[in-house]
Amino acid sequence: MDNIQPAPQLIKTKEQLPGIQTWLPYQSTQACCEPVAHIRARDLSIMYANQLALQKVNLVINKGCITALVGPSGCGKTSFLMSINRLTDLIPRCTVTGQLQINEFDVLTPSTDLLHLRRQVGMIFQKPTLFPFSIKKNLELPIREHGQHARETWAALIERTLQQVGLWDEVKDRLDQPAQALSGGQQQRLCLARAMTLSPEILLLDEPCSALDPISSGIVEDLIVSLRGQYTVIIVTHNLAQARRIADDVAIFWAIDGIGQLIEHGPARTIFESPQHELTSAYITGARG
Amino acid sequence: MLTQTKNTEERVWTLMIWSSVGLISFGFLWILGDLLWHGWTQLSWNFLFSSPENSGREGGIGPILISTSLIIGVCMIIAWPIGLGTAIFLAEYTKDHHRFGRLIRGSLDVLAGVPSIVFGLFGNALFCQALGLGFSILSGGLTLACMVLPILIRTTEESFRAITSDQRLSAAALGFSRSTTIWCILLPAAMPGLLAGSILGLGRAMAETAALIFTSGYVGRMPESLLDSGRALSIHIYDLAMNVAGGNPNAYATAIVLVSLLIIINLVASWIADQWTTSNQLPNL
Repeated sequence: MDNIQPAPQLIKTKEQLPGIQTWLPYQSTQACCEPVAHIRARDLSIMYANQLALQKVNLVINKGCITALVGPSGCGKTSFLMSINRLTDLIPRCTVTGQLQINEFDVLTPSTDLLHLRRQVGMIFQKPTLFPFSIKKNLELPIREHGQHARETWAALIERTLQQVGLWDEVKDRLDQPAQALSGGQQQRLCLARAMTLSPEILLLDEPCSALDPISSGIVEDLIVSLRGQYTVIIVTHNLAQARRIADDVAIFWAIDGIGQLIEHGPARTIFESPQHELTSAYITGARG
Repeated sequence: MLTQTKNTEERVWTLMIWSSVGLISFGFLWILGDLLWHGWTQLSWNFLFSSPENSGREGGIGPILISTSLIIGVCMIIAWPIGLGTAIFLAEYTKDHHRFGRLIRGSLDVLAGVPSIVFGLFGNALFCQALGLGFSILSGGLTLACMVLPILIRTTEESFRAITSDQRLSAAALGFSRSTTIWCILLPAAMPGLLAGSILGLGRAMAETAALIFTSGYVGRMPESLLDSGRALSIHIYDLAMNVAGGNPNAYATAIVLVSLLIIINLVASWIADQWTTSNQLPNL
């Protein structure tokens, strides 16, 4: 067992990783969930063709926290998530209006450098979406694409990222094998690792556990909890118990007359213990949704 | 007796399916057997490498094999990049119902159904006369390229469209540029379909007679450059069978060579496609 190195903490300094340029993820040195606004949505509305899908969302997401977006299907949670890294641009006839800021950076301006934005905002989908290549190639592609690292440092970066998601010991001997041969949970963790190779500040997780069996789901959930403080995590989930277990903040979305709305948001404890909105309390107690 | 009826029905279905398979295989084997029966005695290494003599009644098909490969080579070198480019444009850069894309697709479908003799006349008018290339291997290859392009483009486009949108979405979410997404993610995934399209095109090109009569010509000598006229295998067969009395044995032998080449190309292509899908490897760039 001597040759297995302990999983290092996230990259702390430039010195620890020769060849890596200044671009490092947000590192919270404070206890997490200091209410420092990271993402601000003001009157954010999303329309598909001429159909309003999400109406005037005002939401502040704090740096380094895990924010859960919960609510029934079709209430615009995923649309909201996809507007943060502008994947909504890929949906035909989808328009996003209002204001969306990451730090001071305006996301919705047409001149936004999308490749840069998506490097800072990683995203994981409900189904693991690995490319049909080897494990190693899946991780190398984004590293190569963004050209932040010298080629000699790739192996070290890949090892470190895989250790962060707890996959290194499971796959270190088969990095050259097809990624799609991994189990569902491993694939989802590999997707997370793939996003993390780019050192994003924000991770968007769209129901990352819903396609997994309970055990894999538990492992991925623990992994998400371990990201607290290092990344700003926004997770869409249908699983209220999961939101209760992992979230610092919760935003409840609801479809009223077929139009998605944010009905309540705040610290998880407040939402779960003393919800203000009657739909929220009905949803939480299981009477609705 | 419900199960009984079902069983009878099943049997009838199975019988029908098997007999159609049998019929197809039988037809293919008959053709193959007939070719071998009539042409086998003529086949030898010497036949493959020597020049035709006495109008092709004697001698071999050496120069004809060379001309054929040159014509096919020109055709594929021209058709591949243009075909791939157009297919990528249609699949990735035009929206499904965009008028321009629909126009191109419609034109390609019409072109794919145009008789080859029409392509021959077109090639003769454009390449041989207007561009002054004369009856040459180059004219023949270019004409074949025009003929093969519609099939190549449409099959390649379909294989790009068959890739699930998950791949495109996750590539976009990782901040991949469009060119990386196409070259590194979509192209490898579309490769088996692309190969299949090329084989279809290649098969059609190799079997082509009418389009070549007017463009690459009849000359059975060893070509010295791409501007020389060259006789393709299929034209050689046609000529021996129709215009040369006593040319039948060599026509059969040439046909065996042509059919074997087609079978070999098919096998190699499906082997490559198989390797590609099972290994799931990105080519080292």
